[in-house]
Amino acid sequence: MTNLLEARVVSRSFGGLHVTRDVSFKLASGDRVALIGPNGAGKTTLVNLITGDIAPNAGQFFMAGDDITGLSIPERVRHGLVRTFQTTRLFANLTVADNVALAIMQRKRISRRFFSSSTELPEVKAEWSEILAHLGLDHLAYRKVIELAYGQQRLIELAIGLALHPKVLLLDEPAAGVPHDEAPKILDAINRLPADIAVLMIEHDMDLVFKFAKRVLVLAAGQLIFEGSPQDVTADHEVRRAYLGSYADVRHSA
Amino acid sequence: MSQMAATHIPHKRNVPFAQEAAGAMAILALGAIGYFLFPDDLAFLTRLIGIAFLVLSLDLVTGYCGIATLGHAAQFGVGAYAAGIACIRGITDPVALLAVGLFAGTVMGLISGALITRFRGLPQLVLSIAVGQLVAGLANKLSWLTGGSDGLSGIEPGKVFGVFGFDMYSRTAFLFSLGVLVITFILLKRFVNSPFGLMCRGIKDDDLRAKMIGVSIYPRLVAMYGVAGAVAGIGGALTAISTGVVGLDSVSFERSAEVLVMLVLGGAGHLWGALAGTVIFMIFEHIVAAANPFHWMTLVGLLLILIVVFAPRGLIEPVLSLWAKFTRKGEVA
Repeated sequence: MTNLLEARVVSRSFGGLHVTRDVSFKLASGDRVALIGPNGAGKTTLVNLITGDIAPNAGQFFMAGDDITGLSIPERVRHGLVRTFQTTRLFANLTVADNVALAIMQRKRISRRFFSSSTELPEVKAEWSEILAHLGLDHLAYRKVIELAYGQQRLIELAIGLALHPKVLLLDEPAAGVPHDEAPKILDAINRLPADIAVLMIEHDMDLVFKFAKRVLVLAAGQLIFEGSPQDVTADHEVRRAYLGSYADVRHSA
Repeated sequence: MSQMAATHIPHKRNVPFAQEAAGAMAILALGAIGYFLFPDDLAFLTRLIGIAFLVLSLDLVTGYCGIATLGHAAQFGVGAYAAGIACIRGITDPVALLAVGLFAGTVMGLISGALITRFRGLPQLVLSIAVGQLVAGLANKLSWLTGGSDGLSGIEPGKVFGVFGFDMYSRTAFLFSLGVLVITFILLKRFVNSPFGLMCRGIKDDDLRAKMIGVSIYPRLVAMYGVAGAVAGIGGALTAISTGVVGLDSVSFERSAEVLVMLVLGGAGHLWGALAGTVIFMIFEHIVAAANPFHWMTLVGLLLILIVVFAPRGLIEPVLSLWAKFTRKGEVA
């Protein structure tokens, strides 16, 4: 197995608040890893650090051995580092087909063409048709994204991710806000992601984590406090303390 | 899987040539109505076409990319001045003058775009006004080149293709402008439906999402500004050629604001909306200003309020949704 993504002692603070402290981990080809942690543990900050949305104060990121710490968001995407968003961020006024087609055209480096047709280009259409059919969205191809149900929009996030042929895919709470009866569709789509890519899922829902992950990283107060199998994670004293503490806090404030 | 896709994906009719031909015929038909029914108003209609270029240009940056600007007349004015100056200095072929306007507009567009698209929101808007004012100030100050507040006059272009001379009824000017408009419109139609154009609409919707599929946003917006500058520059050159003068009004803040109003009126984000807005606003202004020279601005204001209240996304939107309903029904049957 080859190392795809590596974080090396990454830290980030906002003012005096250390949101990420000396975080190191590795993702290899074929990995299915869940990143969990209580609210405010710094999960989203870590994702933003990985994608290049914010810069770390210390530490480095590597993609397949190349240092990507200084690269911009689009440059990291071109290295094969792709994310989905916790709250859907789609091209809301474009059709489903356009959304996926834009990702395909960007990957194929034909998105600068200014005088050919776009979404209906045969080589582009063949690909988005296949991706949408794979996710059961084919009947919605020419609907505007803004008209669709939330669960369907979450699937389009995945469709765009797939269209970019990622080496590493970050899924930021892929089932957040999805009605319970639709969540299995999302999990099903995630389970059918290409086997050779590395997937890092940020998730609250332990049910989903157990069904998906082979390995679990636990983040608490900006530090990785545990790394191991999903079975071990529930038995771990530290993890339980971190989680119970946060739930107690939540109950207290409510 | 791909077989499944082939059967399940609804078919989208894709007939660009037929659509383009229909679009060209529609514009030509409107032009023919103007030419034969209003032969005394051809000078006005020619000016209208010149402004339509500026509104189309504004649509490219505002409607397709979501860039707020109140300085867009700069592109138009620079094209007009460049063509006018070139004509006075000896380049009199109208097509060559269009090329001069196009080039000058493109350069101006790239410069403005490089500045304005660096920022977003209010700073962007303020910067666009500043760029517009800078160009207007220069046009006034460099009077040895531009004629200053007297304007640039004595622009006497040669014959179109060496055959059709410009006449005092503006027949040649009108037909020449109409022809250039049709060609430009068809090319722009292609352009906005290309991968580049679609990506611009994506950036307008959500620029972080665009970055997250690997798009570098800034160079694209600057390039789009360059294209918009080219279109505006052609409009400026056409106006200079057909009226024989270029004044400070062509780079004024009022011009920038007026074309924004026309665009919103017609419907930003649609090329047809830009055209419709220009035609309706200019004709309304023309008629009302003649009928009631004292209160016409009040009436224009009232019209705008009514349209924004009842068709906030522009007059083209209800037409398009009707059209969509019509074509969807056709597919079911």
